Amino acid sequence: MSDRLLVSTRKGLFQVDRGADRWAIAKVHFLAENIALAMVDPRDGAWYATIDHGHFGTKLHRSDDAGETWTEVGVPEYPAHPDGTHDLDAFGRPIPWKLNKIWAMTPGLASQPGRLWFGTLPGGLFRSEDRGATWALVESLWHMPERKQWTGGGADLPGIHSVLVDPRDGRLLVAISSGGVWESSDEGATWTSRCKGLRADYAPPELVEDPSSQDPHCVVRSPADPDRLYMQHHNGIFMSWDGAATWKEITGVQPSVFGFPVAAHPKDPDTAWFVPAVKDEQRIPKDAKVVVNRTQDGCGTFQTFAQGLPQEHAYDLVYRHALDVDGSGTRLAFGSSTGSLWVSEDGGESWATIGEHLPPVYAVRFVK
Amino acid sequence: MPRVTFTANLQRHLACPPVDVAGATVREALDAVFAGNPRLRGYVLDEHGALRHHMAIFLDGTPIRDRKAQTDAVAEAGNIFVMQALSGG
Repeated sequence: MSDRLLVSTRKGLFQVDRGADRWAIAKVHFLAENIALAMVDPRDGAWYATIDHGHFGTKLHRSDDAGETWTEVGVPEYPAHPDGTHDLDAFGRPIPWKLNKIWAMTPGLASQPGRLWFGTLPGGLFRSEDRGATWALVESLWHMPERKQWTGGGADLPGIHSVLVDPRDGRLLVAISSGGVWESSDEGATWTSRCKGLRADYAPPELVEDPSSQDPHCVVRSPADPDRLYMQHHNGIFMSWDGAATWKEITGVQPSVFGFPVAAHPKDPDTAWFVPAVKDEQRIPKDAKVVVNRTQDGCGTFQTFAQGLPQEHAYDLVYRHALDVDGSGTRLAFGSSTGSLWVSEDGGESWATIGEHLPPVYAVRFVK
Repeated sequence: MPRVTFTANLQRHLACPPVDVAGATVREALDAVFAGNPRLRGYVLDEHGALRHHMAIFLDGTPIRDRKAQTDAVAEAGNIFVMQALSGG
């Protein structure tokens, strides 16, 4: 079980530790800086945090001593546009060839020490072989004609937010808001769309099943069964039993099928958690009550848990990286856009509040 | 020689005291500063050498014209001031 959380917020990276009787903020790294995302590499224990300085650009810092000291390392850089200009997205809006945000951080296989995969806005996938010191754009995906059909979801620019590495063979799966799901079985040399079964009811009728219209908000792989994938999509919940070859839409989930994050149980492939919200023009909890949904039978049925969570006038939205489960499957944590942070020690059935007045929470990760 | 000064807000992230450097254009002066402080470059310019979207450079009190390549000519006693274009939240 994990006793430590790293919480990325608009105003710092909060380290939350479990004491004898409760969880509490133990340390704030980069106080007042905008931390978009943090990751702990299970292969060597290194911590990574990306800072969006705004004025001064996006930076990446790494700690090799569990947050005692940090070193600024390299960041992904886009090549110059061949015409010296920029692309236009499907709606005619400019897509500059420059780093806007790091939105996904994924370690390579255990047999590939030093390798990291980063997803970014405006849609580039990058690979590092030296723990973030230097980066290379995965050109095959960036130059794919379909890439120019990608558009921003909630953001102005399209972005890769989910990068999944198959632990069996290193097969890559990336998900884009908005641009569907793409797979590479040759380390990023070639790409295949993996959107069969996905639906986008918000798109014009002729584009409902178009891969580029698909807006997966978050995709996770079951560590216990790598062919099992859970997706929270703009249109609802989808699940795959065959490694993303096909997807099945899960309907009728209460209080709603909309949301952003999803977490998969580390040992039980049938169990996953979602945080529902009212779709998409509202993006608030249903009836202003914060709840967590859990399935234990592969999205056949869901249980809704509210114990310990605010049940009146709560307008917390949970972003796509702001829910996590530890290695045991019993401890979960999530944070919200309005600065609340909760932890569960019973598989999501009841929750304790860690903070209610934190900065907006972008990402929550257990140190496993 | 022209003097290059950086906003105090940037000093929070890395040391960049005022420095007198040679350079006939803003970019030449900046490059001379970056030569001794390579990490600073990425905080002011993007990966293509353009001034970052929310950054501004004033030359003798006037915003530079060429944000893309900073070719604005600098006098021998020119004052280059690098700052943010907007205040943060």
